[in-house]
Amino acid sequence: MLSLTDVSVAYDGVPAVRDVTLDLPDGEVLAVLGPSGCGKSTLLRAVAGLEPAAGTIAWDGTDLARTPTHKRGFALMFQDGQLFGHLTVARNVGYALRLRRAPDTARRVAELLALVGLEGYAERLPATLSGGERQRVALARALAVQPRLLLLDEPLSALDAGLRERLAVDLRHILREAGTTALMVTHDHEEAFTVADRLAVMRAGRVVQQGAIDEVWRAPADRGTALFLGYARVLEGAAAELVLGRPAPAVAVRRSALVLDEAGRLAGTVRAARATPTQVRLVVDVAGLGEVDAVAPLDRRPALGAPVRLGVDASRLAVVGAAPSDSAV
Amino acid sequence: MRRTLALLGLALGPVLVLGVFFVLPVAGMVARGFWPDGAFDPGGVLEVLARPRTGRVVWFTLWSSAVATVVSVLLGLPAAYALHRLDLPLRRVVRAALLVPFVLPTVVVGVAFRELLGEAGPLGGLGLDGTPVAIVAGLAFFNVAVVVRSVGAAWEGLDPRPAEAAAALGASPAQVLRTVTLPALRPAIVSAASVVFLFCATSFGVVLTLGGLRYASVETEIYLLTTNLLDLQAAAALSVVQLVAITALLALAARLRTVPDPAVARRTSRPRAVRRSDWPQVTATLLLLVLVAAPLVTLVVGSLRVGDAWSLGNYRALQTTGEGALLVPVTEALVTSLRTAVDATWMALLLGLVVAVVVTRRSRTPGERRVRSVLDGFFMLPLGVSAVTLGFGFLITLDRPPLDLRDSALLVPVAQALVALPLVVRTIVPVLAGIDDRQRQAAASLGAGGLRTLATVDLPVVWRPLLAAAGFAFAASLGEFGATAFLAREDRATVPVVIFRLIGSPGAMGYGMALAASVVLATTTAVVMLAVERLRVPSLGAF
Repeated sequence: MLSLTDVSVAYDGVPAVRDVTLDLPDGEVLAVLGPSGCGKSTLLRAVAGLEPAAGTIAWDGTDLARTPTHKRGFALMFQDGQLFGHLTVARNVGYALRLRRAPDTARRVAELLALVGLEGYAERLPATLSGGERQRVALARALAVQPRLLLLDEPLSALDAGLRERLAVDLRHILREAGTTALMVTHDHEEAFTVADRLAVMRAGRVVQQGAIDEVWRAPADRGTALFLGYARVLEGAAAELVLGRPAPAVAVRRSALVLDEAGRLAGTVRAARATPTQVRLVVDVAGLGEVDAVAPLDRRPALGAPVRLGVDASRLAVVGAAPSDSAV
Repeated sequence: MRRTLALLGLALGPVLVLGVFFVLPVAGMVARGFWPDGAFDPGGVLEVLARPRTGRVVWFTLWSSAVATVVSVLLGLPAAYALHRLDLPLRRVVRAALLVPFVLPTVVVGVAFRELLGEAGPLGGLGLDGTPVAIVAGLAFFNVAVVVRSVGAAWEGLDPRPAEAAAALGASPAQVLRTVTLPALRPAIVSAASVVFLFCATSFGVVLTLGGLRYASVETEIYLLTTNLLDLQAAAALSVVQLVAITALLALAARLRTVPDPAVARRTSRPRAVRRSDWPQVTATLLLLVLVAAPLVTLVVGSLRVGDAWSLGNYRALQTTGEGALLVPVTEALVTSLRTAVDATWMALLLGLVVAVVVTRRSRTPGERRVRSVLDGFFMLPLGVSAVTLGFGFLITLDRPPLDLRDSALLVPVAQALVALPLVVRTIVPVLAGIDDRQRQAAASLGAGGLRTLATVDLPVVWRPLLAAAGFAFAASLGEFGATAFLAREDRATVPVVIFRLIGSPGAMGYGMALAASVVLATTTAVVMLAVERLRVPSLGAF
């Protein structure tokens, strides 16, 4: 089990990571989610032993401060793979095995290549691979010696959208199959939701919220977290009460939480309507709320300026700051 | 087609200059060997090659250069790491200091080592004076900077992430070095080693001053055969051997340099704080610094001694002709040296800039690319041909109309400019090649014409390297000895030539003056190099 206690990292006196406390139980995948520049990659490098950090980074209760990177038994997978360009795919994957003089390297390499779906690529050089193939090789290389902790630094960010979605599913499957404990940093919440069991949201060097994916999802700690998790707007005060139907300091609203519905509680005027392949996206001026996002089925596109009523889908709302969360601000 | 023509037009100038002042003299030299009396007679060359002395000379050149190369690489690698990857205090000063030996006049290096290893020197007890050990030490002293520079620049630009990835996969620092870092550095190391070998094999001043008559390399043998024995055919034969060997070496190095995936990611990383585990590299760097400083310190100390007392007498004597050993006082030779170096510098710079532009512009067609790569190789030729061969070639080909330059004041600067040309080109080319062509396209798409694009994109990047290259060429010209020894007339001798005369002159006074003149020359070049180092051009001195 990985446990971080009050970990801080500073570059030239400028703090990049501040007082981060996190736990990662064996066999789970934790995603550290945050905008670029929030310090999440620095945190990952500190766990890998590549950055000197204050505070305690411990594995199963043993402080790792004096353990150099190569003795931590972790494996790090970079955003762009960082395959060794002078080695073939097979030699890249078998790199850590050869370091440990593991027996039967060839068989294990073949197994790993099969696991990531790259049979027959053994003798290729990294330069001849596509971006997705490189990341698969990097993953196989990182998994080769069954690291006690796999560190993933934006593993899918360098790929295009379609490939990213497919690989995220594959990645989850592979990690599950191997029972790997993993710490992944990413700025993409979809990727985090697909791959991870637990989520820690980071902003400006601090972890502002952590917990199981659906816990965090259902109760974002604050406005910024809610917006970063993909909620369209955060309503406060009277507006929050109006939408929720009961008093709350703030409510995060997904775009699809307000739906065109003749029997709905809210009344407003359509300000904009734009069709997408699955629904019509509306901007509606609702009395007491101001302009909010709403959706309508494709076959019922209201005219601009038309009066409409909106229903509220409570499962697509989240009360902000409601759930107790161990490091909520 | 128009582009290729424009390319050839631009290349015409340097090609003509190189043709007249390089190909013609060297070809004249070769012709002298194979057509001794106007008739083709390769037997003479074969006869020279069969001489036992020739074999000994070639063998000595090969093994002494090889050993000196290995020593340079072994001493240079730790320093390259420590001075380019670690945040050592004063590392810029140390880097500049280590570059000084490389631009020191070879004669000065020779004098300094004799002062250090000679009977009266601090290490005289080792009995190394006049032995091959002294020659190898002198060659390594001279060339270690090339390794530090070339490999250091590559190391500095090496992306640290593959090494981090390896460490995260469980590789110890030694394993990271062996499996990731050294393979990535291999092209730089091979390239530095081959250039060092080249410099060692064609080194003239060091071997001439330290080897005396017992040990000769191909280069000094050519000089000896020409000036003392007047055996021009033998000299020509040896030049041909050298030419062939060096061309082969360059081709071999180019093959070794190729790696499976040449696209090594470059990302200059900030030097990191020194850790306790870095002590071997830091100690090795300090040791190297001591080894480099020792001959120089003894040189300075020696120049301040007259008889058994401290004195500035040797320096005052520089205003004299050394009891008639010279035709002109040393101070006048210094003025000649400076003038010559200024001329050589602008020539090398002008030529080098055109060459760099020709070589680095992006090719649009395979034909254009072929033309460029041929030109690239052609302009690097002076690196591979010894200065003595060049000087000798000048002497025998540029002595009759329409090119009777024997008495021209430009003869020596032209020869020195050709020797300095590869240094200039190698400093500027990486910088020009590093400019993303899309920057120029962006400027052009915003409405900038050709000249405006040059001023907006190229000039801001290239002016510092250009200035640095000028300083480098200036320092190299000041110390140039091989070609100058052939070409400089006694009344227009440069300081390195004068120093060599003074060493050979009988009496203590001449030797003392040689030491003082060496210090003056070394100080001048060192000051130029330190100024140049402040420009912080990474490709300077890297090959």
